[in-house]
Amino acid sequence: MTEIFGVPIQALMGQLMLGLVSGSFYAMLSLGLAVIFGMLNIINFAHGALYMMGAFLAWMGLEYFALGYWQALLLAPLAVGLFGIVIERSMLQWLYKLDHLYGLLLTFGLALVIEGLFTNGYGVSGQPYSIPEELSGAFNLGFMFLPKYRAWVIVASLAVCFCTWFVIEKTRLGAYLRAATENPKLTQAFGINVPLMVMLTYGFGAALAGFAGVLAAPAIQVSPLMGSNLIIVVFAVVVIGGMGSILGSILTGLGLGVIEGLTKVFYPEASATVVFVIMAIVLMIRPAGLFGKER
Amino acid sequence: MSRKALAYAALLAFGLAAPLFIYPVLVMKILCFALFACAFNLLLGYTGLLSFGHAAFFGTAAYVAGHALKEWGLPTELGLLAGTAAAGLLGWAVGSLAIRRTGIYFAMVTLALAQMVYFIFLQASFTGGEDGLQGVPRGTLLGFVDLSDDLNLYYFVLAIFVFAFWLIYRTIHSPFGQILKAIRENEPRAISLGYDVAKYKLLAFVLSATLAGLAGATKMLVFKFATLTDAHWHLSGEVVLMTILGGMGTVFGPVVGSSVIVTLQNELADKVGSLVTVIMGCIFVICVLAFRRGIVGEVAALYQRVVGKRARG
Amino acid sequence: MKRKLLCISIAALLLPAAGNVLGQAKPAALKLSDGMVKIGVLTDMSGVYSDLGGQGSVTAAQMAIEDYKAQYKPNFKIEMVYADHQNKADVGSNKAREWFDTQGVDMITDVLNSGVALAVAKVTQEKKRIMINTGAASTRLTNEDCTPNTVHYVYDTYALANGPGKAVTKAGGDTWFFLTADYAFGASLEKDTSDAVKASGGKVLGSVKHPLNASDFSSFLLQAQASKAKVVGLANAGGDTVNSIKAANEFGLTKNQRLVGLLTTIVDIHALGLPTTQGMMFTEGYYWNLNDDTRAWSRRFFAKQKKMPSMLQAGTYSAVTTYLKAVAAAGTDESAAVMKKLKELPINDFFAKNGKIREDGRMVHDMYLVEVKKPAESKEPWDYYNIKAVIPGNEAYQPMSLSRCPLVKK
Repeated sequence: MTEIFGVPIQALMGQLMLGLVSGSFYAMLSLGLAVIFGMLNIINFAHGALYMMGAFLAWMGLEYFALGYWQALLLAPLAVGLFGIVIERSMLQWLYKLDHLYGLLLTFGLALVIEGLFTNGYGVSGQPYSIPEELSGAFNLGFMFLPKYRAWVIVASLAVCFCTWFVIEKTRLGAYLRAATENPKLTQAFGINVPLMVMLTYGFGAALAGFAGVLAAPAIQVSPLMGSNLIIVVFAVVVIGGMGSILGSILTGLGLGVIEGLTKVFYPEASATVVFVIMAIVLMIRPAGLFGKER
Repeated sequence: MSRKALAYAALLAFGLAAPLFIYPVLVMKILCFALFACAFNLLLGYTGLLSFGHAAFFGTAAYVAGHALKEWGLPTELGLLAGTAAAGLLGWAVGSLAIRRTGIYFAMVTLALAQMVYFIFLQASFTGGEDGLQGVPRGTLLGFVDLSDDLNLYYFVLAIFVFAFWLIYRTIHSPFGQILKAIRENEPRAISLGYDVAKYKLLAFVLSATLAGLAGATKMLVFKFATLTDAHWHLSGEVVLMTILGGMGTVFGPVVGSSVIVTLQNELADKVGSLVTVIMGCIFVICVLAFRRGIVGEVAALYQRVVGKRARG
Repeated sequence: MKRKLLCISIAALLLPAAGNVLGQAKPAALKLSDGMVKIGVLTDMSGVYSDLGGQGSVTAAQMAIEDYKAQYKPNFKIEMVYADHQNKADVGSNKAREWFDTQGVDMITDVLNSGVALAVAKVTQEKKRIMINTGAASTRLTNEDCTPNTVHYVYDTYALANGPGKAVTKAGGDTWFFLTADYAFGASLEKDTSDAVKASGGKVLGSVKHPLNASDFSSFLLQAQASKAKVVGLANAGGDTVNSIKAANEFGLTKNQRLVGLLTTIVDIHALGLPTTQGMMFTEGYYWNLNDDTRAWSRRFFAKQKKMPSMLQAGTYSAVTTYLKAVAAAGTDESAAVMKKLKELPINDFFAKNGKIREDGRMVHDMYLVEVKKPAESKEPWDYYNIKAVIPGNEAYQPMSLSRCPLVKK
């Protein structure tokens, strides 16, 4: 078998692939955080909990209503998005006048509530969600073993990230959105319903997290704590990338996933900390983040 | 004797008598978390910096103190000091990085760095990983007071708390504390007045981390045990909750907040299981939406209103 | 005002000395010989190991108490409490401390999760009560960390490791790689299995540690794959074992490497199903379908719990019964006297035949090397094992000559 730096190429490619998979999740979640932050000036701590909800809704759909994976991929994000809209209307909207920190604190509390409810219902050990028939099995590429489902995760999340970028940067709706982010008062004066846009933005961000959750369900265990473990890494990703640009969030997410995967090959002990170390270095050299602008 | 001093004396008397009618281990736990929350309040309430990673200092001190007592066989006092100093050092490192950003980013940076510390503890061999650092001897105080007796330890813990509380009180009411408040209220103005804001922020951060470390080391001594729970982000969140619930920026808020939270957790853990987290989350949400001054803040406001009315009427 | 505060602080600093005096007037400890024996079941109620112990252990302990009352009509009251330690050593040890201090608990049982067990053992020794551990695996409980107050009842990593470690290595699986749960239990199991493998002429190529209750095993399995070892030993348990086996199937690892689940129980086989697990070989401490006694008790358990008992749950029943008998024999619930009786009386019930608690706290009884049946061989639900060998207790467990327990006089 061919080896690179003493590592079998199969293991190297395998870890790279897994890195891309986790990178896809980082990208989708940090994208959602960035979109929400741009519009609401809130760091959504509940993002991890919403992601977990997406996965759980998929699992519950299968368990109680015999809804398959593909239906779940559509319905669960919608449900999570609606839930997000309810949260925004009932709670978040009262905080916009206050210090941004209150938004963080409120969503932290929400995350605890959501996680606690699911933990109470289902325990902390994971629930299995099997890979859909069409995507089970693997391609044997000769130099590596590529499970079909993991390949699908990468493709699907890249597609969603690209669509989001396209809508925000290239369409009229996106233009309104960017205008409202830049100057809400002026945009309102032009007759655009800014509160509605804020509401939809939060709903969209939540739905994106829910979508990521459904994608994750068959790949990992559906557990109430799956979101909180991920969200802190995503925060580091966001600090590294800065929240200035959509494309920046996506690239940083993917890049860090790959770096993490490589760390697992060459120095597994550091794989859990590498993202944080990179964050510390970026803070020292470029405090605003790679793609960020100081606000 | 002023009314304030009388109140302090009454509280101290209560503290001295408490273990006679309350399970001493529980009171010690409350004291440790009260100290932790007070240290945290120094940063959030008086400097306006929201650190979401304070458990890192609490946990570091617990581990270092535990290691010093168990493996190096240091006397108890030195072990606690070693832990506290380690927390201060880590506070300096984290603080120097974190103060490069402000507001929300500051919170995220501290959270992420604390998570890194958590992972290091998870993997380092001296911490015992998931098992934790177990069976740390409590030792003796000054070589003759046996701390393995819960009551002796209680008065030692109470003394530590009173000392730290006094230190925090002095800090808040010193010129240094005034500058911190100025930074909280209006950072640009503090800069234009010629204060080296970064230096003051860092100093406040280190002081807060050090005292949080003292709390962590003391808690380790009470339970003879340092674990990952002490460094987990859940704890970082809890200390925020204690501070807000009690009233941030008030001297006594954190003490009240932590008493309420620890007692609640203790009472409810067996009855409602994992719903405790839900209740904590709900308290968080309610505090942020409707109760931002916290218990002590609201009571003080009410008192002001009543007194104000009486003065006017 | 300032000065007064200062005075108060100084006074407070001096108080520990006063405390020493006050220490004489402790809050009155509960009288233990008040005709009440209190048993605490400390287990994982909702986590990754809850199927091994959890509610099932609570049910088993309850059954034991009811049966004992019905059969022996004791003249003392028996009570039971239970709690969830969430697999956190600090939660477990704090709960045990509180039980001992405020509830007058005399004996704690189950305590699965070796990390928690080691912590609870220390508190139990400090408070001079008894822990009869039926859940944890680490041999440390009867070696480096043995105490005069610990009994290790059902199984341990030495017993688990020896059967499959030797059998698989001799059958040609002579290079091993371990996937190890990153805490006391995983480390013990890996070490004991490595010893068995090496003793049989095999080689250990390496290991990778994973966190307890890991969500995704794929990257760990890739490392196992890269090692090219013939056998991948799973030094984990419960949900973690189930998930590693699933991920191994997804990544095609089972095509050219053999998986050996070192702590596998009937509950895991039930979760994974026979098609995935057929042919797996491991050591069990109990199987419901051994004889009439085991069938009778297990069916009663099944009626309450809708699951056949794991060895942990069956062992919890046996341990509680044994403890109550020892209390009755000793005529007190004072721990030293009860421990003396525990170590004297032989244990004979459906769980253990001629079981004996040794000086180091190890309860020695027969173990079973089992192989999972092919789906076609299974005649009824839960009919999963072929018993390949009965390992006599004195061979299954670490001999006293190798003991690292300071209590053992050599």
